[in-house]
Amino acid sequence: MMVVENTIDTFDSPSEERIAKDRYQTDAMWIYMGPQHPFSHGLWTLKVRVDGEIVTDAEPVIGYLHRGWEKEAENREYPKIIPMADRLCYSASMTYTHLYCMTVEKALGIEVPEKAEYIRIVADEICRIQSHLMWLAAVGTDLGNLTIFLWGMREREYWLDLNVRLCGQRMTTNYPRIGGVRNDTTDIFDRDVMRCTERFEKALWDLIDMIDSSSIYVSRMKGISRLTREQCANLGVTGPAMRGCGVDFDLRRDDPYGKYENIDFEVPVLTEGDTYARYMVRIEEMFQSCEIIRQAVRKINALGKNAPYRLKVPSKVPAGKAFCKLEDPRGESLMYLISDGTDKPFRLKVRAPLFTNISASRPMVKGVRVADVPAVMAMIDVCMGETDR
Amino acid sequence: MDMSLYPHAVAMSAEEFMDWSTLVINDLLSAGTKKTVDKLTGPVWTWAMKNSMHPLHWGLACCALEMAAASTTRHDAERLGIIYRSSPRQTDILLINGWIGKKVRPSIRRLYEQIPNPKWVVAMGECAISGGPWYDSYNCVQGVDQIVPVDLYIPGCPVKPDAMIDGFMLLQKKIGDYFNRGVFLED
Amino acid sequence: MMDTEAIYQEPSVSEIKHLLENKFKGKVTVSKTEVRRVHAEILNKEDVFEVCNYIHDNLTFEHCSIVMGADMIDHLEVIYLLTNYYSGTVIEIFAKLPLDDLHVHSVALIWEGANWHERETYELFGIIFDEHPKLKRLLTPDTYTFFPFRKSYKLRGQE
Repeated sequence: MMVVENTIDTFDSPSEERIAKDRYQTDAMWIYMGPQHPFSHGLWTLKVRVDGEIVTDAEPVIGYLHRGWEKEAENREYPKIIPMADRLCYSASMTYTHLYCMTVEKALGIEVPEKAEYIRIVADEICRIQSHLMWLAAVGTDLGNLTIFLWGMREREYWLDLNVRLCGQRMTTNYPRIGGVRNDTTDIFDRDVMRCTERFEKALWDLIDMIDSSSIYVSRMKGISRLTREQCANLGVTGPAMRGCGVDFDLRRDDPYGKYENIDFEVPVLTEGDTYARYMVRIEEMFQSCEIIRQAVRKINALGKNAPYRLKVPSKVPAGKAFCKLEDPRGESLMYLISDGTDKPFRLKVRAPLFTNISASRPMVKGVRVADVPAVMAMIDVCMGETDR
Repeated sequence: MDMSLYPHAVAMSAEEFMDWSTLVINDLLSAGTKKTVDKLTGPVWTWAMKNSMHPLHWGLACCALEMAAASTTRHDAERLGIIYRSSPRQTDILLINGWIGKKVRPSIRRLYEQIPNPKWVVAMGECAISGGPWYDSYNCVQGVDQIVPVDLYIPGCPVKPDAMIDGFMLLQKKIGDYFNRGVFLED
Repeated sequence: MMDTEAIYQEPSVSEIKHLLENKFKGKVTVSKTEVRRVHAEILNKEDVFEVCNYIHDNLTFEHCSIVMGADMIDHLEVIYLLTNYYSGTVIEIFAKLPLDDLHVHSVALIWEGANWHERETYELFGIIFDEHPKLKRLLTPDTYTFFPFRKSYKLRGQE
């Protein structure tokens, strides 16, 4: 566990007394940061009640992208749900298909071949890195840094190239299958991956420098919107936002799935709880993901070329209940399957981490100035496909 | 042409302005000036509109990530003049890139009305064309052309950035024909 | 014998089974336990708040992962999944609701994270959570009057 102590004095978010003293003789106004907003990064509305410059209340409105995913899943056979699961969180599609396949495999009671597990780990971590790079590009535009948008997306293209080499598609890859993965890796996959990680680790320092070297960007994030550990745990906030507040929990280490228990990595945890801590946790996670990818690729090589990567599975799942959890780039995602012996699910429930993270936007945004609201919301990394399902 | 009222055009009421401008237009039409003016300046307007298509910066769903990737260094949509604008008043194109829930329909219609003429609507991705994979959803509109009139359909799920740029080049051809269809000075 | 009134930060799976069965004799049955998983059932839906309060306060399950509903055609079920941040254990606990009485006490007062999950379960299944701070529609438009995820509501592709 890596814990970084707060060693620099920072100013605190405005307290209730200061809000009362600062109040200008204006009437409170509700501003709708509406469905079409350049900084909302997704289709949702955040209504903020503003007194002068300071936000006193907030209400998120979601549901613009609701399509009844879980009900539609009851109408399709099990393999047909995999491309649907891709489009749950389109920015991190590989993790949702992995989660879905894990849940059905648990309900069937089968164990996936080892090579497929390690390939899934590599695919998951590639997905995590490219999702975090998309987030970093968006954070840059929110803070006013337009160069990092282009640099971050350029780095992301190299990781999407790896996706293309693995399965032929950049995003919404439709790659894991119930019983393994769709196809084996190529002969030179390890060479491609090692080159990509080496290049990326050098390039990431340039990206970090872009934001950290400017005192303006740092002061826009430090000290804003603090949450305590108890608040975080009670509100159900998960993922890097939670690890920035001091909750030391990562599903890959504490509740391992796949073959994560054989991989050695650190989990970054910070205790300040402000926006800057949530930002730093995600950056450090990208470095750790590179490390995980390298170890998993070495294990794939050790298994050899002819190791099995896919099992044949029956089309009907026996009746029962099963659930699986997975560490999504945005938090803790979960799928709960109730099956009834036919070839279609009876009830398939998806827990999206952003659903609870966005419900926590009200305590996060209270007391913050209006101009800082996009920066605060950017740190949650909004992707509305999974929230509305 | 009675230009005596011209300096006071801003002081006219709406009805007076309509009457005055109808007189001006009828004069031009009868003299053949309108056709000449159209022929001379039409190509200039179309060249300007073709090479500066400004879509609205609005991401709905998966195709929005590919829309963002199209503006980055590898695919570089900006060499065609495509710059995303945040306010609908400053755009030409409404780009629908995702599935449409019932809650968002008034927003789409309002954004469409807010974009000033001339405008085009591009339906990007299967969900915007015809509902996509969500064919049996109780909350998904089966195609955005039930809400706004669409000029260009770009198929794909998700649309590769190359395909999106190819689609915009087709739209350029369509814009090139805009004034040959004879709409100028009437709107 | 373990003290059912003490506070445990990292109870093991067998300890949880023992504590739940002793504190709530006859009200809670633990059906099975696996590595880091406990599956239990609350036999009467009136006891949901009391059991969840105990799990939050005494067993330190600080995180409510999910509150979901399921339509089992002759009855409805409400299922809770609760996580412990110190050990990674998950308790899956559910209660059956008869079709004519769909009221359950809300756990949004214990875990604030369950607030939106209960709103979603209400709008999709019609399960009413008593004393919920704001039980209104969240994902679907306000004008909807039906509950989409019930088995009685058929989609276009179903018969």
